[in-house]
Amino acid sequence: MNNPRRLSSSCSMTNIKSRFTHGFLRALSRINTRKPSTTREICKRFLRVKLAADASMASAVGSRRAWSRAMLLKMRLRRRTCRDSRITNDKKKKKKMSGSDQKEEVNGIRKAEELRGLVPGGESMEICKLLDETAHYIKCLSTQVKVMTTIADFYSL
Amino acid sequence: MSSGRRSRQSSGSSRITDDQIIELVSKLRQLVPEIRERRSDRVSASKVLQETCNYIRNLHREVDDLSERLSQLLATIDADSAEAAIIRSLITQ
Repeated sequence: MNNPRRLSSSCSMTNIKSRFTHGFLRALSRINTRKPSTTREICKRFLRVKLAADASMASAVGSRRAWSRAMLLKMRLRRRTCRDSRITNDKKKKKKMSGSDQKEEVNGIRKAEELRGLVPGGESMEICKLLDETAHYIKCLSTQVKVMTTIADFYSL
Repeated sequence: MSSGRRSRQSSGSSRITDDQIIELVSKLRQLVPEIRERRSDRVSASKVLQETCNYIRNLHREVDDLSERLSQLLATIDADSAEAAIIRSLITQ
């Protein structure tokens, strides 16, 4: 399946950006309609906003990417619990750089445990796909941050 | 020759060459600001991965902070369509 992704990568990021903005703003006004009265509801609000942001971004990307598919699936399954547990893998195995340094290094990269824990759906991907998905995930995450910053600054005025 | 170091991919599919991996890693390098700004060419691939992980974690933290900020600001918002249009135009500039 040959997608001309490279040709349209810059304009597709623009599309993703506007789809995200649109969806996220809609979600924000939905969250806004329920005025919180208790402290607990105020705490839940923060989580709702965060989930809305992640969901809007995953929806904006759609099913084109493995990471967005994994995230959308996870959100559907996570209806009951509100807590988002991001597993951070702190195991840093320091390998001694002996003889063939590059070979050792690449073998370490193939495992990429830490990265797999950070990218949605990364646990079962083979390495090339993981690196490709990571690149796209990073672009979308930084787009998400930029848009959210713009919105927050706008309402802070 | 250690065969114990093979990753846990299912065998049978086309073998990924080390060069392909290194190429993808250098593509990642362009996206991570920490490394991009370092002028030296000699950044090891595992360093790139480490910085990528740090960068992703930072981005997650920023999203958390922004969500916190937005949830506090929500109380002061009357999100009507006019404001939404202004924001969209700001963003798509």
